[in-house]
Amino acid sequence: MTALSNVEIPPQATPWRLATRLAPAAAALAAAGLLPGVVDNYWMQIAALACIYWVLIAGLNLIVGYAGQLAIGFVGLLAIGAYTAAILCEKLGVPALAALVVAGCSGAFFGFLIGLPSLRLKNFYFAMTTLGFATIVTQIALGWGSLTGGGIGLPGPVFPPPFDTPLGFYYLALAMAVLATYVLRNIAISNFGRGLVAVRDADVAAEAMGVPVVRLKLVTFTFSGGLAGLAGALYAARQTYITPDAFTFDLSVMFFIAVLIGGRGRIVGPMVATAVLTLLPEIAAPLVAWSSFAYGLLLLLVVLLLPGGMAEYIDRIFKKRTVAARITSPKVAAIAGVIARPDAGPASPVRVKGVALAFGGVRALDGVDLRVEPGTIHGLIGPNGSGKTTLLNVISGYYAPNDGTIRLGEEDMAGLPVQSRSRLGIARTFQTPRVLGNLSVLDNAMLGAYSHFESSFPLTALGLPRTRREDHAIRERALQALTAVGLAHCAQSRADQLQHTEQRFLEIARCLVMQPQILLLDEPAAGLAADEIDNLASLITKLSTLGVGVLLIEHHTDLVFQISHHVTVLNLGKVLASGTPAEVRSNKEVIHAYLGT
Amino acid sequence: MILSILIAGVAVGSIYAMIGICYNVMYSTSKVLSFTSGQLGMLGAVFGAWLIGDLQWPIWIGFPAAMLVGVVFSMITEFIAVRPVLKNLDQHLYVLSTLALALMVQTAAAIWWGTEPRPFPTLVGLSPAGLAEKYWLPVLVCVLTMVSVDLFYRKTLWGRAFTAISEDADAALALGIPERRMRVISYVLAGFVGALAGFAGGQLLFAFFAIGALLTFYGFIPIAIGGIGSNRGALVGGLTVGILQQIANYVVGGVFVGVVTFALFIIVLVLMPQGLFGSTVARRV
Repeated sequence: MTALSNVEIPPQATPWRLATRLAPAAAALAAAGLLPGVVDNYWMQIAALACIYWVLIAGLNLIVGYAGQLAIGFVGLLAIGAYTAAILCEKLGVPALAALVVAGCSGAFFGFLIGLPSLRLKNFYFAMTTLGFATIVTQIALGWGSLTGGGIGLPGPVFPPPFDTPLGFYYLALAMAVLATYVLRNIAISNFGRGLVAVRDADVAAEAMGVPVVRLKLVTFTFSGGLAGLAGALYAARQTYITPDAFTFDLSVMFFIAVLIGGRGRIVGPMVATAVLTLLPEIAAPLVAWSSFAYGLLLLLVVLLLPGGMAEYIDRIFKKRTVAARITSPKVAAIAGVIARPDAGPASPVRVKGVALAFGGVRALDGVDLRVEPGTIHGLIGPNGSGKTTLLNVISGYYAPNDGTIRLGEEDMAGLPVQSRSRLGIARTFQTPRVLGNLSVLDNAMLGAYSHFESSFPLTALGLPRTRREDHAIRERALQALTAVGLAHCAQSRADQLQHTEQRFLEIARCLVMQPQILLLDEPAAGLAADEIDNLASLITKLSTLGVGVLLIEHHTDLVFQISHHVTVLNLGKVLASGTPAEVRSNKEVIHAYLGT
Repeated sequence: MILSILIAGVAVGSIYAMIGICYNVMYSTSKVLSFTSGQLGMLGAVFGAWLIGDLQWPIWIGFPAAMLVGVVFSMITEFIAVRPVLKNLDQHLYVLSTLALALMVQTAAAIWWGTEPRPFPTLVGLSPAGLAEKYWLPVLVCVLTMVSVDLFYRKTLWGRAFTAISEDADAALALGIPERRMRVISYVLAGFVGALAGFAGGQLLFAFFAIGALLTFYGFIPIAIGGIGSNRGALVGGLTVGILQQIANYVVGGVFVGVVTFALFIIVLVLMPQGLFGSTVARRV
């Protein structure tokens, strides 16, 4: 850790720091707890409603705010939770608390179901499916009269003492809200939170970092559905009687606005917004007919004026926007501590054999052979359009080749999705850096270790110490990686404050945290100044001496010839030449292809 | 029985197809799918009923006036909900801004016009071969719209400019096509087509504030089935949805029509996200 002596490590959780950090939350909780002493029953029921809404919105926040999925029909899940609880209590005589649990489970199941289309459908299409879902839930509630009471409705569950008074029910709702906040926070600051933001802001890079996008989305939808189901059961109890009319689309829009106004990817913001939006109709009672209009107007204003939400607006005022010092000299020695995998055996070579890929009539790759040995640097050069990046996309799994094989060691990679390849140790950077602008530089680097986390989603939600220890270890590794590339001093800055070239180095740091066997670099030197290219060269060289195989795509042929052990030249999808830098340099065909003489 | 199912299905399907075309026209120049598409139909129906039914305006004034309402609302959509968010199209804020506007116009209509469905006046009063006007009018108008829009796209300079922008907006701009003006013109056209759909289908769907949301959903399914940008696909998809709904209405009853339609929507989207006549996926990496 000596290399880190000049780096500010996030402070350890001493009791005092913990106390100051928890103070606002404790104050809010105390205020909420003491509320019944100040207000009458009517306002206590409003407060209970706000708590119930927050249980749902906390889950929705993960979907909309973190994962960026436009799920506008969450009122359907609220209805499912409400009807599940009401039917269980009314028709089957199940105790209310048990019905609450079942409502959560059925909400989770339907959350999973609405998550399924999100795997293939985006944006408007997905928004439409959730809207359709919300519509048919109320239609079924209306149509299936024997079960749901149709338009007449059903009485909601009645909770046993001590939850049967307004006071008791308020404390029950408050407890659920606190629980929802706790799990939301645990997920948000965890690996899963970073993964969700990656799905939202850079889904292509998310796969390359080993984020199992499909599974993560489904787990999150299931989880949010569960919270929505719980909220539904509480809602049914709070309303005392439910009809399909209680679940209007307005409510869905209100939930959505709460997340948006509060700020995507925030916690306190949406919480405050929920409280305000719940109170609003009480204060502006004469305008209740116009409430849908007001929600629409509010949504429009947020989208046009505050797309980042209030939280980001406040941030912009109070937080300094620029990074004080720009890139410092990298400390390449720190790499050794980052990429050492204690459990790993000898690294494996990547072997590309006879790979061909055609886009329509264009043969982008036409029988390419290539081998990247561990501990060596393999330069890949060629004119524009010769197929370099396409080859890289084939190796990392974005394209399936029409023909040929790719092996890592003995393992055939055919059919393996991008994230599995990344888990096997294939890391890559992108020609245009794909970093998560809203997250800190450190969080971006930590994303590289996504698949190294062992805690499951439920365990993480519970916030067990093991998860925190894991997170702490990865945090230190990420800091070391940032030190190695020279970005440690801005570890806490937002990544979108970095310059373009710094983002390139951040991508490399992110790859280092993955502890890769093979690193694929797509034009890492593009746009770099001379001294930065030197830094890059020493970084790459250091990596190779530590046993990592590097495939380097570059137009700076000087750099390629200077540091590569082996160079392959592509032209029109075929290998034009392959050999040591000296051999390739003197190859007549290469000179011809490059200079056109 | 089968004949009456078919007739009603084709009539309703024609209305859906026209809303589908309305979606397509807006999409061609802006790559925006707007939640306001169905509300245009609602405006056409409500204002048609108000002007011709309540105020007793003659059709030749009432019809253009109702269309004008649709056109103006469509232009407002372009100006307020689309233009400001086009800069960051990748964030898909248009989904929310158009949803917001749709919600606002729907609420305004509900408050001003009332929440009960009201009849739409008979326009021509002809029932050839016993076929009521409410059934043949939407079909006729839909066919005319299809043909006119098709001719417009293929034969006129503006239509070709739309196509150019939809294929490659940057290249179109480089060729000197005034992209912004073309976008406004396309929204004018979409406003007209959308309001026309509601006007022609008013007798069948009634002048009702809630048909806006209904048409937004049922008019989008034809696009999902047929593929975005394909008007022929919208027609095929619209008729499919219309006929299927009538069958479902007969077999399982009115309340579950929405369920059946939604199931169709999901199945189609999951099995073939590009639709029948859609184009292939864009490059990701």
